[in-house]
Amino acid sequence: MKDKTTPSLETSKKDEKRYSTLNLGPTHPATHGIFQNVLTMDGETILGAEQTIGYIHRAFEKIAERRPYYQITTLTDRMNYCSSPLNNIGWHLAVEKLLGVETNKRIDYMRIIVMELARISDHLICNSVIGVDSGALTGFIYVFEEREKIYEIYEELCGARLTTNLGRVGGFDRDFSPTAIRKIRELMKRLPKILHEFENLLMRNRIFMDRTINVGSISAERALNYSFTGPCLRAAGVDYDVRVNEPYSSYNDFDFIVPIGQNGDTYDRFCVRETEMWESMKLINNALENMPEGKFNAEVPAFYMPPKEEVYSKMEPLISHFKMVMGEIDVPKKEIYHAVEGGNGELGFYVVSDGGRTPYRLHFRRPSFIYYQAYPEMIVGSTISDAILTMSSMNIIAGELDA
Amino acid sequence: MDIQILYKSGLIIVILLLSLVIAMYATLAERKIAGFFQDRLGPNRAGIFGLLQPVADGVKLFFKEEFMPATADKFLYVLGPSLTMLIALLGSAVIPWGNTLVIGNNVFPLQVADVNIGVLYVFAVTSIGVYGIMIGGWSSNNKYALMGAVRAASQMISYELAMGMALIAIVMMSGSLSLHDIVAQQHGIHWNVWYQPIGFFVFVICAFAETNRTPFDLPECDSELIGGYHTEYSSMKLGFYLFSEYINMFISSAMIASLYFGGYNFPFLHELGMSHNWLTIVGTFVLFAKIGFFMFLFMWVRWTLPRFRYDQLMRFGWKVLLPLAIVNIVATGVIYELFKK
Repeated sequence: MKDKTTPSLETSKKDEKRYSTLNLGPTHPATHGIFQNVLTMDGETILGAEQTIGYIHRAFEKIAERRPYYQITTLTDRMNYCSSPLNNIGWHLAVEKLLGVETNKRIDYMRIIVMELARISDHLICNSVIGVDSGALTGFIYVFEEREKIYEIYEELCGARLTTNLGRVGGFDRDFSPTAIRKIRELMKRLPKILHEFENLLMRNRIFMDRTINVGSISAERALNYSFTGPCLRAAGVDYDVRVNEPYSSYNDFDFIVPIGQNGDTYDRFCVRETEMWESMKLINNALENMPEGKFNAEVPAFYMPPKEEVYSKMEPLISHFKMVMGEIDVPKKEIYHAVEGGNGELGFYVVSDGGRTPYRLHFRRPSFIYYQAYPEMIVGSTISDAILTMSSMNIIAGELDA
Repeated sequence: MDIQILYKSGLIIVILLLSLVIAMYATLAERKIAGFFQDRLGPNRAGIFGLLQPVADGVKLFFKEEFMPATADKFLYVLGPSLTMLIALLGSAVIPWGNTLVIGNNVFPLQVADVNIGVLYVFAVTSIGVYGIMIGGWSSNNKYALMGAVRAASQMISYELAMGMALIAIVMMSGSLSLHDIVAQQHGIHWNVWYQPIGFFVFVICAFAETNRTPFDLPECDSELIGGYHTEYSSMKLGFYLFSEYINMFISSAMIASLYFGGYNFPFLHELGMSHNWLTIVGTFVLFAKIGFFMFLFMWVRWTLPRFRYDQLMRFGWKVLLPLAIVNIVATGVIYELFKK
């Protein structure tokens, strides 16, 4: 058997050192999703890294060019599937900007509640997965139950759990039911206790701190050069949050803290996300208490389904229902960019419309895609264990990475 | 004499079966305890309280496809798990499971072999244990497996040192390498843990490392190395690796209990006014209770703590545990000289 490539202990005859190539992914337990890193290793140390993308590329931007606006919402579900409602509402806000629709405060506040719930569920998963990847599974299970509660709230709001397709252009398809409000209040009562428990398990744990401090750090300058946003940028010490810098959906009515870190390392990213969860809870509580009365949908009949009773009994609603479902609705000729603070960072929608029923061109600004570009720089010189923690702390989600 | 040979053979079989059954049910206990820590039920479908789960797992593993990587070294690939299992089972030979049973004129010690170098024997056996992991990881011709094997080898060797150093202090105090003597000296509540607290901590930490349990489970490290040294293993060969981990845990717990917690000794045993044989039997149960507690400790830690990084593990072993153990030896010597009666 000459073709065997069993590693051998005999040292290389030549003086040069030989390095091994290690495929981290596409199917590796720590690449939560499908993406590949080709690492050049010297023992446990990473000397070079090359990232590959495109394993679950589904050409969303191209598909969107053939879809009426309201149907693109379902594509956004499948990007960062840990916080689908955030993507949905981000897209709705972008379309509203394109159409020039004003929404009332009630819609804004309802949206804030949903978006912050999505942010909490996103951060819960990201932070607990850092724990899982460093070997502590229990914290993950604790907070996963709370994520389940959040998904139950989604179910109550829109009927779906993972790919939510929540809300409509111009607001919501239905009001928050009393059950939904009760569930949100219950969650707000439960969550602080569980989150404290989770933080007690990890935040001041010596082993966890040793594993994460100064691991996968990136300077504020490099982060800005890569156009990092969201928790990863804030961990590096840059005070930038779309909710504050470019307020949308009445975020400026609320008072909340934007946490920032210092070193831009895994631990700072962890802590920034933890603090953001506490702030999100504050936002949800405030929005629930100060929720004004009003309609839950804005006046965009072209994007808002008429009630079924009217569709079946009157002509005009039937026509508008038909036109809407077939997507035969024109939008103004315009070019807009709208961004929301997604779970991972600035989730932007760049829409070019030439008037027809579909966008002429649509670009999703996906934070995971941008973070992943910096990944080799962040892990070269560290060990494989660090590389895995860095990856999970940046919350790279394959669906968002490849879109 | 014949009756002694018969008795020893019987004892060997009993202890062998006991180790296997305890390892089997340790897998169930681990999953139940994990469930307890994680607010869930754990396995409860096979049999009442899931008591048949280990059997079901075993049957499943036996019926799984025997997969062997095409480029693996066939002989070594099979040797790896076999060796691990064999070595894991050898350790139980010198552990005193109880005092003696006296029936008529015959004295039956509840220990397979009272070797006068019992401690060294256990060490020798656990050191060989790393060969099984190394051979398995290396021969499966997978980079992740190889990394796991390399980690296992360096980890075991590093922590063996500190472990040995911690033990030397015990040997200095007891003046014997025989496990039987060491246990017998800890009668009543004179357990070594009161005299050797530092040595005890070093020993327990090293025992975690030796059995590859969290926070030292770097050789298998599922989130980094997929499965570590057993990445390429399937069916009962994988079962052997997993199984031997639990047997090692059992033996390590027995060692901790014997060396530091008085083995089968328990306080006030003479005040109970029981006959010698009854005391022996109660002592054996006490020993198993102690073992059970330490096995629970192993699981408790596993479901609580994250794991170290490779370099931190090495630093901890060489720069913290080893100096600590050496200081412990010196301190033991000084105190022993000053206060010996």
